[in-house]
Amino acid sequence: MQATKAKALGPRRKSIGRRIADNWQLYLLLLIPVILTFIYKYIPMYGIQIAFRNYKASKGIWGSKWVGWEWFERFFTAPTCGRMIRNTILLSLFSLLWGFPVPIILSLCINQLRFPRYKRIVQTVLYAPHFISIMVVCGMIRIFLSPSGGLINLLIGKQIDFLTESGAFRTIYIASGIWQDAGWGCIIYLATLSNVDTSLYEAAKVDGASMFQRIMNVDVPALLPMAILNLIMSAGSLMNVGFEKVWLLQTDLNKATSDVIAVYVYQQGIENAKYSYSTAVGLFNTAVNLVLLFIVNTIASKTSEVNFV
Amino acid sequence: MAKNRNSTGLSEKTSDLILILITGFVLLLVAYPLYYVLVASFSNPYDVYAGKTFLLPSGFTLDGYKAVLADPNIPTGYLNSIKYTIIGTVFSVTMLYISAYPLAQRDLPGRKFFSVFFIITMYFGGGLVPTYLVVKQTGLINNMWALFLPGGVGVGNMIIVRNYFQNSIPHELIEASEIDGCSKLRTFLRIVIPLSMPIMAVMVVFCMVAYWNDWFTALIYLTGAEKAPLPLVLRNVLIKSSVSAAQASTISGGYAEMNKVTEMIKFSSIVVAAAPMLIVYPFVQKYFEKGFMAGAVKG
Repeated sequence: MQATKAKALGPRRKSIGRRIADNWQLYLLLLIPVILTFIYKYIPMYGIQIAFRNYKASKGIWGSKWVGWEWFERFFTAPTCGRMIRNTILLSLFSLLWGFPVPIILSLCINQLRFPRYKRIVQTVLYAPHFISIMVVCGMIRIFLSPSGGLINLLIGKQIDFLTESGAFRTIYIASGIWQDAGWGCIIYLATLSNVDTSLYEAAKVDGASMFQRIMNVDVPALLPMAILNLIMSAGSLMNVGFEKVWLLQTDLNKATSDVIAVYVYQQGIENAKYSYSTAVGLFNTAVNLVLLFIVNTIASKTSEVNFV
Repeated sequence: MAKNRNSTGLSEKTSDLILILITGFVLLLVAYPLYYVLVASFSNPYDVYAGKTFLLPSGFTLDGYKAVLADPNIPTGYLNSIKYTIIGTVFSVTMLYISAYPLAQRDLPGRKFFSVFFIITMYFGGGLVPTYLVVKQTGLINNMWALFLPGGVGVGNMIIVRNYFQNSIPHELIEASEIDGCSKLRTFLRIVIPLSMPIMAVMVVFCMVAYWNDWFTALIYLTGAEKAPLPLVLRNVLIKSSVSAAQASTISGGYAEMNKVTEMIKFSSIVVAAAPMLIVYPFVQKYFEKGFMAGAVKG
């Protein structure tokens, strides 16, 4: 399509200078986003070098002493280093394993519902938690898990303080994550399913396929490419555990499982103003992620002919 | 073959019933926590504690809401959040549009360069501290614009809008408009923007939700308590379980019942914070799927 268009335009194609001049208004539109991106995304990339320096605000980046890998060594020898890396990976790995199938199964069910009004109500309600602030969700989690009068303890008739048990942290984190985002995660699958050729369903019906068979033989194959792509992409951000929720649910007693790199970067960098050290830890995290992303993207482009990077 | 029967032996009606049961169960699972909070926020805290409010309010009271409003920080936080949400949404959607439209022009020289320029930032960034230092150097600490400028150009959404422009706005219309003598800018303003209302609705809601719910950016950059947005104000109540003196004074019974009072304030705070977005999103819900589909497919 693109090729034929280029061909059609071919004979009256203008010189590059002319084309740039013709489009000056479009470049003008781009100006502000480009400047903002440059200042707030690219200059910080340049600032990453403070991870290798002993940054002092008074001396500036270039004036601060070069210390090489010292901050990284300090991180790797920190007593909680292994724990943080392990927690970060396990938390997102388990989130992925539990969270990934739920939207797929849900959207397969929702898509087959034959009562439009009910279908719409289901969708509206399932999307709702996505629109609530993580702060509020964590507030709800804390209320529900409260040992005295919390909903969960009322239902099971016990008085357990779940947030002080490191064994419960991952379950709390993952279950509430599914509650909040599984419904929203359906959108992309539902949109894919809405593009399935309806004649396939009719043909399947004529052949006497049950609803279950239609799901397995029509819907699942239609979803599979998108699902694989999603899975691969999430695997590429395995070290990206969000700061917010962990920080809000962390207590001194559940740190054995809730201590993650993102929280450490914040505490060291913003709370303790250890700029260089925090940057080094953050850079380590980003680097691991980039490697994962690269591996994953290579696999993805081989298996599905789609690559994102 | 028997009517409505097939190899698995389930009739269409049975299958429908199973689906309704499954989705109905999930529906309850998602909705009930929200419903419970709503009910509890209107109930006497002792009854909540005793487990009497599973279905309906017990000992109806508005004390929780009175206490929420009694803390001057909460109305301030509310107003701050409204302000940040309005300004931030206008700013972000403008940024999305003015960056996505040029990138949607296949014949724009340098288009590929600019796309890569933006997309790189999705995968690699300076990280928390280097970004913080730049924000500091540009003088935005404790300035509202720290919430908008650093993260204002949302690349993920930009790609969705760009793809929408490419896929859903007929190229002929744009050509026709330019042949009629409209400049590129005028075509954008008069033809493209009015035709892109579905995706604009989606983006407005996305940005509104993001700004209304954001507190992390404010936590880092807005140091003054008087500038805190609502979620950050609520952190004291929801996470730290502390209530202000002003709130405590609205409750009769004194400090002995402080703990229960705090819980009560939590319920009403949650309702107050979550309600606006939960009321807004259903109105644009029908655009979500359409917008995603038009935006997710590469043109």
